[in-house]
Amino acid sequence: MLHIEVNNVSLVYDTPAGRVTGVHEASFGMQESEFLCIVGPSGCGKSTLLNIIAGFLAPTSGEIRIGGKVVTGHGLDRGIVFQDFAQLFPWRTALENVAFGLEMKGVPKAEREEIALKQLQLVKLEKFVRSYPHHLSGGMQQRVAIARALAYNPAVLLMDEPFAALDALTRDEMQRLLAEVWRETRKTVIYVTHNVAEAVYLADRVVVMTPHPGTVKTEVPIRLARPRDALSIEFLEHQKQLMRHLSEQAAKA
Amino acid sequence: MNAFGARVRSFRRAAVTLLIAAALYEATARSGYFAAALLPTIPAVVHTLWAMLMDGTMLQHALYTLYRVMFGLGLAIAVGLPLGILMGRIPAVEHFFLPLVSVLMPIPSLAWVPVFILWFGIGNVTTILIVFYAATFPMVLNAWSGVRSVNPLWMRAAGAMGANGQSLFWKVIIPGASPFIITGVRQAFLRSWIAVVGAEMIAASAWGLGWVIFDAKEFLNADVMLASLAVIGCIGFVFERLVFGALERATVLRWGMMRAAKG
Repeated sequence: MLHIEVNNVSLVYDTPAGRVTGVHEASFGMQESEFLCIVGPSGCGKSTLLNIIAGFLAPTSGEIRIGGKVVTGHGLDRGIVFQDFAQLFPWRTALENVAFGLEMKGVPKAEREEIALKQLQLVKLEKFVRSYPHHLSGGMQQRVAIARALAYNPAVLLMDEPFAALDALTRDEMQRLLAEVWRETRKTVIYVTHNVAEAVYLADRVVVMTPHPGTVKTEVPIRLARPRDALSIEFLEHQKQLMRHLSEQAAKA
Repeated sequence: MNAFGARVRSFRRAAVTLLIAAALYEATARSGYFAAALLPTIPAVVHTLWAMLMDGTMLQHALYTLYRVMFGLGLAIAVGLPLGILMGRIPAVEHFFLPLVSVLMPIPSLAWVPVFILWFGIGNVTTILIVFYAATFPMVLNAWSGVRSVNPLWMRAAGAMGANGQSLFWKVIIPGASPFIITGVRQAFLRSWIAVVGAEMIAASAWGLGWVIFDAKEFLNADVMLASLAVIGCIGFVFERLVFGALERATVLRWGMMRAAKG
């Protein structure tokens, strides 16, 4: 049985300009501990699809199963990291932010702080445990967000372009860190990005989505040894292959 | 440049402004163009203030006024804060109360004083209700705006982590709206402080800072009036800068949700 199944998921919504298809019959499956990237240009419905998986949006048709159970609404089996740094609670320290999910679960204070501290160590922020978000850089805030989403041990981690608002150097550093975190935790990850190199660097498999209507065009497995060298021939070959899939669609449109 | 140095400089700038204003007043008072009884010199006012402080009457007046303000303000917070929050969360409550707030808010609280005297007589009940009237609207409006300005991303993130109902309310909505809520309490206090003095002039008997000013008019005691005004200003300043300033530093400024004033 597959760990996650996305079966013929569509989302249609009505706007003043008429009916718009956000996602059209998207399907793919995932094994446990797989790192999956969804790549596509803006407007291809990749973030919408992630929001459906997260349970923030209900699909018009189709279904999503996690561990065999159909997704209805959000739940603690999924951890979510958004693009916007403002996702952290400014009135809570890094540690208190990370402990939030456990607090909601009713885990006692001492225990949840111990777990939160471990999560912050995982993203190398143990020195900033007592800092408030506004004293942390954008990259550090996103690391807190990752720790926060992992702290209550969800079955799958959903990430919506978490590094898109960072400068290129910080982004590289964050990708390395995330690859390390994934190697240690072996979480199932669905990672949405429009950055092809990022997808090749992180993913076991890349789902390519194309717009009008937003649908899954193809899947590309990335069988490269980790840690990956972004300047190797094989790496660039994969990048080219993905670019080809994306530009074919652009030429059609 | 350190924080302490910056505070000393800010304090010095404020002192210069106040000293110049005081010097101008003193020069006018001593110019001889106005009767000394109407425009007493600063030493004369200070002398009266000292005497009233020493015999305890000023303290008594101030305590009466503070009691009325705190009672009225407390009521306004107890009613206005939950009402504003409910208006921000529940459309039906918003639809029902918004027209009422819009109609009542522009009426100056002092315009109600004669009506309240008819209904409740002269004394504490009327002055406290006037304070309540003045303070409720800024509280309601700020709480309402605060709840609506809570970042939806916080709600999403909290929801994804299992927050709902009570926990969402206490751990996300209230702290998320805190910059507005604190501003609301601050504005409500200022409105109360302004309203209480006016209300006491008409509706209080024997005690209160507003009453003592109005009463002094009968005897041409300009020095008593000015001494009381100074006390009103000082208490207002202490609350505004020290109490609410400290509250902001401990919360929204510390959390980076509000920028500190350039002192």
